[in-house]
Amino acid sequence: MTRCGKQATRGPAPPAFLVLPLMLGACEGRQSALMPGGQDASQLFLIFMVMLGGAVVLWVALNGMFYYFTQVNRRHFALRHGNRIIIGAGVILPTVVVGALLAWGLSIMPSQRARGDGLVIRVNAEEWWWRVEYWPPGAEAPIASANEIRFPAGSRTELQLTASTYIHSLWIPSLGGKMDMIPGRQTVLTLHPDLEGFYRGQCAEFCGASHALMAFEAVVMAPSAFDTWLASQATPAAEPVTQDQMQGKSIFRREGCGACHTIRGTEFTGAVGPDLTHLASRASLAAGIMEVERDDLMTWIAHTREIKPQVAMPAYDWLSPEELAALAAYLESLE
Amino acid sequence: MIDRAPQGPYPPTEAMLAEPVPQDLRDAQEDRLRKVWKTKTGIRYLMSVNNSEVGKWYSLTCFAFMLAAGVLALLMRVQLAYPGMQFLDADRFNQFFTMHGSAMMFLFAVPLFEAMAILILPAFLGARDMPFPRLSAFGYWSFLIGGVFVLGSVLFDAAPKSGWFMYPPLATMDPGVGSDIWLLGLSFIEIASIAAAVELIVGVLKCRPPGMRINTMPLYAWYVLVVGGMILFAFPPLIAGDLLFELERALDWPFFDPSRGGDPIFWQHLFWIFGHPEVYIVFLPSVAIAAMVVPTMAQRPIVGYSWIVLSAVGTGFLSFGLWVHHMFTTGLPMISLAFFSAASEAVVIPTGIQLFVFLVTLMIGNVQKSLPMLWIAGGLAIFTAGGLTGIMLAIAPFDWQVHDTYFIVAHLHYTLFGGMILPVMAGVYYFFPFFTKRVLSVRLGKWAFWLIFGGFNLTFLPMHLTGLLGMPRRVFTYQPDLGWNTLNLVSSVGAFIIAAGFLVFTYDLLRPGKPRLRERNPWNAGTLEWSDTLSDDAWGVRSIPFITSRYPLWDQPQLVDRMAQGRYYLPDAPEGYRETMVTSVIDARPVQVQRVTGDAWITLLAAVFIGGSFILPTFHHYVAGALSGMVGVGCILYWLWTSTARVPEKDMKDAGLGLSLPTYASGPQSVGWWAMWITMLGDATAFASVVFGFFFYWTADANFPPQGAAHADPWLVGLSALALVVAWALTLGARYLNRTGRTPFARAALIAGPLAALAGGGMLVLSVLHLEPSSHVYPAVVCALVIWTGVHVLVGVLMQLYCLAGTIFGKIDPDHDADLWNVSLYWHFHVLTVLVTATVIGLGPRLL
Repeated sequence: MTRCGKQATRGPAPPAFLVLPLMLGACEGRQSALMPGGQDASQLFLIFMVMLGGAVVLWVALNGMFYYFTQVNRRHFALRHGNRIIIGAGVILPTVVVGALLAWGLSIMPSQRARGDGLVIRVNAEEWWWRVEYWPPGAEAPIASANEIRFPAGSRTELQLTASTYIHSLWIPSLGGKMDMIPGRQTVLTLHPDLEGFYRGQCAEFCGASHALMAFEAVVMAPSAFDTWLASQATPAAEPVTQDQMQGKSIFRREGCGACHTIRGTEFTGAVGPDLTHLASRASLAAGIMEVERDDLMTWIAHTREIKPQVAMPAYDWLSPEELAALAAYLESLE
Repeated sequence: MIDRAPQGPYPPTEAMLAEPVPQDLRDAQEDRLRKVWKTKTGIRYLMSVNNSEVGKWYSLTCFAFMLAAGVLALLMRVQLAYPGMQFLDADRFNQFFTMHGSAMMFLFAVPLFEAMAILILPAFLGARDMPFPRLSAFGYWSFLIGGVFVLGSVLFDAAPKSGWFMYPPLATMDPGVGSDIWLLGLSFIEIASIAAAVELIVGVLKCRPPGMRINTMPLYAWYVLVVGGMILFAFPPLIAGDLLFELERALDWPFFDPSRGGDPIFWQHLFWIFGHPEVYIVFLPSVAIAAMVVPTMAQRPIVGYSWIVLSAVGTGFLSFGLWVHHMFTTGLPMISLAFFSAASEAVVIPTGIQLFVFLVTLMIGNVQKSLPMLWIAGGLAIFTAGGLTGIMLAIAPFDWQVHDTYFIVAHLHYTLFGGMILPVMAGVYYFFPFFTKRVLSVRLGKWAFWLIFGGFNLTFLPMHLTGLLGMPRRVFTYQPDLGWNTLNLVSSVGAFIIAAGFLVFTYDLLRPGKPRLRERNPWNAGTLEWSDTLSDDAWGVRSIPFITSRYPLWDQPQLVDRMAQGRYYLPDAPEGYRETMVTSVIDARPVQVQRVTGDAWITLLAAVFIGGSFILPTFHHYVAGALSGMVGVGCILYWLWTSTARVPEKDMKDAGLGLSLPTYASGPQSVGWWAMWITMLGDATAFASVVFGFFFYWTADANFPPQGAAHADPWLVGLSALALVVAWALTLGARYLNRTGRTPFARAALIAGPLAALAGGGMLVLSVLHLEPSSHVYPAVVCALVIWTGVHVLVGVLMQLYCLAGTIFGKIDPDHDADLWNVSLYWHFHVLTVLVTATVIGLGPRLL
């Protein structure tokens, strides 16, 4: 099932006024602030639409006046009208409009910054991928993952954000605003997703060579489905079954992949790169730019730095196509 | 003491002004003026320092840099036309967008303000030249050298690539020389910018024509004053930041490294304390152009002169309180966000007032359709759209959504095109006949307008949507399945249409054979610059008029004739000096005839060697850099010694209309003293930024200073402060002793002063010698304060020795002590720096 296919399983359609006259394909709204899938993004979408309406009215009024006085009616007006316009339209009107907008706009901040309902997800930004740890209430140890963040619908999740080396910024437009991830400090973003579905998030702060290629999947699930999924993520990796998969695992061992990657339940415990324990359960590869399927896996492993400039993982271009296929088969088995 | 009070009747009576000037006297005067102000030809043309030549070079250079930065934008648009394009790789794309932003800001938008102001301000003020012509030339050459260096790095694949905002740790950890090129090259240009700002401020305050009170000066001059002031307070924090940044890169002092107590957010504060006022530094001068064009096109005085002045000043102040809106997503507390949201929205009011003042002036007046008006109208349409999205962005929660997306790219280009490019184009079309005595084509002008206006909207209007659909900024490529493809393609097409428009404009600008201007005042404008003759005489104004109105050409009917006849002040140059009038700050009473500096190679040489001291260290040639800097300082000393504050051949001279004015001034009467004051305000701002750093770390980190850290030796710090206070007192004493005629004692003070200063500086350095600045940010910031103060000690010593030499070689005597006044003013500021440094590093660790 492709990500776009899963998109169709999203919950009820947004209210009519939220539907934009945009001919976006099913896939194309996954990263859109105009297709809100949660409480925060909906609030921001509403405030944007109101501001947009007001801005259009004001733009037309101001430029219309300019056009009228310079092109249409060029008779001389009296000075007293002029002073009234300066005070009325230049001082009083903006004060009132902007004052009202501030009152409304700032009043939504506390709800957008409200504390989480229990689930904490720690995300650490690496170059250029996302290390993800789930801390359900009462957990003593995290459940590790990478490059995909899953949320239970209908509650507020707290994201605790850090960064290793450079500044990054975590942004899932369909779910809410962004928050920077800064080395040396922790920032917090809370999100309240409502509509189940597959969304896409992307790094929003320029972070060097592969900034454009640092994305991730954001998946909103029904709470019960989320709990089931999280429980499965906590389990060790599946053992290889087929001949291909077993060969793949031995190549993984031979090439030293375990020095950087962890696959829980095996001797591979490296912590430099993403945890691969349940790689095949994820909707994307290489931080949101490819899919977890045979061809993409083979291309990625053999050409990492061509695909993603300056990425830490070397390109294993000495592996034969057969070896790559076996490796991919093993990785694909890590459901 | 010589009495230097002006002698003779002032203001002039109507009878005095009506008196005719004999034709043969007029001719003789004109010959002498022409000879003195003659522009050199051949290679010696490069020696020119006159504002009209320097201003022309400056403007054309800015325009060339803009075209280069525009080409970078086109190349980026090619890469972004389709998803997954392979036209530019990530590294080159990152260099290009970094240089596009840096060049447009530092090599075009800000310097263009200075270029145009240097070019036209003296004409607005009926002045012959800027007060410090060689400083303008020095600024220009520095700008050219620095600009070519920074922009040229693109051609060698060595350009900075961390964004024009250079956020650490990305930029501090960048392995190439790109970040150093950015830091050192642009610091050099920023210093030149500050020099130009100082000159412009002094020009507005002290070089107005007699009678032009501060509330009758053209609005453009007000904007120059406001923007000059903003440059003075906005650039120094960035220069201080650059210094700390370069110390981290070159010596590994961890100002922005969180693992050793530093903080990358500190750079963001310094950068945006500069970066936001920068936006208004770019925007206000264009409003200033509109403020000159609109009354002319409405054929009536501006409605609400004081409204506009207050708004400009208000915008200037407010712009320093908004910087955090560039940092809304860094996780600051909600109370800060609310404050900076509200402050950002507050700018709407002064901006709105300015727009409505123009609108009302046009409404009441009799509007003339013209090309400049078309550009103004286009600018208004675009700017209001950018302003309205700005109102949206200032609401912090909405900014969380669109920050760092293409929505911002759209917003900032709407404000900059509408608020800067289009009004500047209006200004170019409006002032072109004045600059060149030739006329640009109306037909080509309309083509250029519609191509640029149409292309602009095609490029940037879709970007609002691209951003809302989730496309972040600064990405070299994007995935094809996100709905951004068509929008990006449209933007790329639009970009080339804009380029076509600029091509048409450039052709019109450069094509030979443009028709000559036939009348002095083609727009029937009311301000002084249109009194200029149709000939190419370089003297600026034939005689410096007496002004009684905001629109003298409308309200003083005989003014132009009388100016041309040499009926007013300084109609002659009998001693063969370039001269302009200095007047009092508020009511513009004549106070002095200023002999301005003339053409020279030394300014060019000074710029080359000072430039070397910034450029060579980029490639780690530290010794060569230091030598180059020393030669550069030598050039500047030579230039100051040979051409400033010279003892005149006579103390008073006839300035025309029976008025006798001094030819020398010192202290608050002199332009040099004002320039020193203004420069030191900027210098103090940079110092304050470093001190701010100390307290920023202290508030941000409970463990600052760290437990058990080594501190500066308090006794040495105290002794050093004492010695430097003594050096300050000796400098002041030297001024007093010299003025009262006790020259040998003054010389003694000027020998003891530098010794005390060097002792003080030496002890200051010794007090921190045991610290390890690369170990933690605390010793690093302490050492940075010491470096700052130490360099200022050396400059202060150099100044004291300059004055000592002056008293020995006859440049300074009891009646001519301008240099001593300026140097003691420097020391006033410097002693404050010393006391603050000593308190922070000596007492700070014990009190905090």
